[in-house]
Amino acid sequence: MDLTLHVWRQKNSKDAGKMETIEAKGISENASFLEMLDTVNENLQKNGKEPIAFDHDCREGICGSCSLVINGEPHGPEYGTTSCQLHMRSFKSGQNIFIEPWRAKAFPVLKDLVVDRSAFDRIQQAGGFISVNTGSPQDANSIPVPKQDADKAFDAAVCIGCGACVAACKNASPMLFMSAKVSQLSLLPQGKPERERRVLAMVDQMKKEGFGNCTNQYECEAACPKEISVEHIARMNREYFRAALREETPKEGHGGE
Amino acid sequence: MNLDSKIPSGPLEGKWEKHKFDMKLVNPANRRKYDVIVVGSGLAGSSAAATLGGLGYNVKCFCFQDSPRRAHSIAAQGGINAAKNYQGDGDSVRRLFYDTIKGGDFRAREANVHRLAEVSRNIIDQCVAQGVPFARDYGGLLDNRSFGGAQVSRTFYARGQTGQQLLLGAYSALNREINRGSVKMYPRTEMLELVMVDGKARGIVVRNLVTGEISSHAAHAVILATGGYGNVFFLSTNAKGCNVTATWRAHKKGAGFANPCYTQIHPTCIPVSGDYQSKLTLMSESLRNDGRVWVPKNKGDTRPAHQIPEEERDYYLERKYPSFGNLAPRDIASRSAKEACDAGLGVGPGGLGVYLDFADSIKRVGEDGIKKKYGNLFHMYQKITAENPYKTPMRIYPAVHYTMGGLWVDYNLMSNIPGLFVLGEANFSDHGANRLGASALMQGLADGYFVIPYTLPNYFAGEKFDKVTAENAAFKEAENEVRSRTKAFLSIKGSRTVDSFHRELGKIMWDKCGMERDKAGLEEALVKIPKLRDEFWQSVKVLGDGESLNQSLEKAGRVADFLEFGELMCRDALHREESCGGHFRTEHQTEDGEAKRNDEQFCYVGVWEHKGMGQKSAVHKEPLVFENVKLATRSYK
Repeated sequence: MDLTLHVWRQKNSKDAGKMETIEAKGISENASFLEMLDTVNENLQKNGKEPIAFDHDCREGICGSCSLVINGEPHGPEYGTTSCQLHMRSFKSGQNIFIEPWRAKAFPVLKDLVVDRSAFDRIQQAGGFISVNTGSPQDANSIPVPKQDADKAFDAAVCIGCGACVAACKNASPMLFMSAKVSQLSLLPQGKPERERRVLAMVDQMKKEGFGNCTNQYECEAACPKEISVEHIARMNREYFRAALREETPKEGHGGE
Repeated sequence: MNLDSKIPSGPLEGKWEKHKFDMKLVNPANRRKYDVIVVGSGLAGSSAAATLGGLGYNVKCFCFQDSPRRAHSIAAQGGINAAKNYQGDGDSVRRLFYDTIKGGDFRAREANVHRLAEVSRNIIDQCVAQGVPFARDYGGLLDNRSFGGAQVSRTFYARGQTGQQLLLGAYSALNREINRGSVKMYPRTEMLELVMVDGKARGIVVRNLVTGEISSHAAHAVILATGGYGNVFFLSTNAKGCNVTATWRAHKKGAGFANPCYTQIHPTCIPVSGDYQSKLTLMSESLRNDGRVWVPKNKGDTRPAHQIPEEERDYYLERKYPSFGNLAPRDIASRSAKEACDAGLGVGPGGLGVYLDFADSIKRVGEDGIKKKYGNLFHMYQKITAENPYKTPMRIYPAVHYTMGGLWVDYNLMSNIPGLFVLGEANFSDHGANRLGASALMQGLADGYFVIPYTLPNYFAGEKFDKVTAENAAFKEAENEVRSRTKAFLSIKGSRTVDSFHRELGKIMWDKCGMERDKAGLEEALVKIPKLRDEFWQSVKVLGDGESLNQSLEKAGRVADFLEFGELMCRDALHREESCGGHFRTEHQTEDGEAKRNDEQFCYVGVWEHKGMGQKSAVHKEPLVFENVKLATRSYK
């Protein structure tokens, strides 16, 4: 199939950037979207032009590296699918395809379609963990966890941290991403002791990073390649109110000895 | 080359306990005086960095991905083995040990494997405490399933994404330490040289992949947890970024490379569909719990699967290996698939595929039952192939998946370079010539959580360290090497892209050093690879500059190393005149086509020493001593 691509090209974080039109010819409909870009890149290089930079790694929809806004939708038109698992059979020959990076103040563009998502890491570092030293915790089966709780925690834990939720949101809110971790850990008995300080610290970090708040439009859920439900945002909000009302958590120092 | 394995004396069951007591400690107040570099943030790297940081050492952790959470451990699907015997089906540490030694075709160290089986139990406890949501049954207790090469159910899992959940557990532990300031994380940073001072590993030179800045980091020890080298084949189930660079750079500085020819070809992957293909996708081994592998009995049978009657199907694994059936180990299942396809019985385009059929299981437990267990895998299969595996059988074919070879390490996981430790897939130690399913996650976490935190302090406490900073001449020299290499790639300005060389190398490796090898083919590869390497250095085309994000430049460095490494792999495969596990030399097989070991001559670890470019590498031998198991012909019949 033949396609006309309109791709965001930006030399570095200081460059203004612009859309560039590139023809992609003879693409197999069985190729993945990223393999289509590989083919385009091979041709660009043969013609002495720099290839399009884009993040990718596992190409199995699990590492969360790929991050393309395709025709205005994060990860493109297929529901519950990352850019790397999107295949060209979802498009028609002759189609125009617009490819842009995630757009959010907290995700500055580094080059072309590559953005800096380290803000996500910093939110997790603020509180997205259970404080347990490596050593000899009790036997894994000593605390039974009801299957429905374990399953629900798992549904949240599948988040791949790609940032599509932020890219889809008019407020650039990371609440779906954050709530996935808060929800997972608050549903499990092991996560309960730190539930208050965790949610307060993560929300605090979110504000510092320049992300927006949630105004319940659910664009995030629609864009999420792992189909994470906004019910986790509701749970996070409950966790937050609970924690805020009881706030006596010391701000400084996580997980002392 | 000094290859003292430092295996503790005494009975097998007591070696690790005894060794833990014999090893020296570093007191808590002194730990902050030691700097540790961890390269790689997968299961082994993250767990090591988090644990060492937690103990009080100053840790710096490096990864080339934009976040440590994206390391390729994330993609592991099926599960993690542990000898918990929660199912009461006869499992024990001894049995996991024996299954692993046998699965590895008697080419692994007894003592290492026994330790792995021992600490496997602690891993599950640790992960559950971190909030890893393993599958549970209705009583709230942990569920298990079976994997290849075992007759017990000892595999813990989190749907089809166990690696993701375990890595996110280790990532959260790492985040806690970053928050506490004990670990400093360097994402989008690639290690390009190992630096040695007075014969010890004392640091690394890295390139910031965003700014292109080259910098040095000094430490008292360097830990490589940089994964395997499967991408030497270009097409593999590895992530696109996986590479051999860190271990290869260390090898060129003197670290022995052990058994590079031991590669694992995974039997159940989605077949290649075209020459645009950039990678292959694994379908978890766990599927073989419920799927049955078959091909048509008659050559050239092009009827769709559902029209082929039962009596005209050959369920060849069940036929050849009745006691293990579809759960025969990976090397055996892969070679059987190749055999069937070579005999003209393959299915799908090009005849390079066999069926993995769930019809019987769907009849038994319904589509919903299958969906609950494997939903994400079926979904992924459908995305890639546009076929519905609930209705028609999956088509699968073997693909490169894991590499058992790696840098040589002793029982303490230290290479022959003092202060250079190697963990996880990057080392060679625990899987022999074939790794069993669900054992990679086990080994990565065992090394990081439960071995290195004991053996590293022992090294520190036993050594005297001169003060070494990144200003030391050795670092400046290594930095200059890196700079001139970068410059070389950019100044060739040839006509061929990096990927075109990588694909060509991959094809040579797959054809001549893949599922089957023979002398003539390997010798041919040993002529072709150096030629291709020369061509690479004359006509590779890398655009852009070195002072910014440049993905072609990153790839060029990795492919240049693969072009050197591939040669060593073939050399190792050529020298090992026997078949064992994933290394199958067609000259050495039994009458019914099984691997034929030569224990008299090859019961050793082959460790290669780099002698300089243009010089032939030399092989050294660490004999493998079996005191607790009897060397036997592996049988799964």
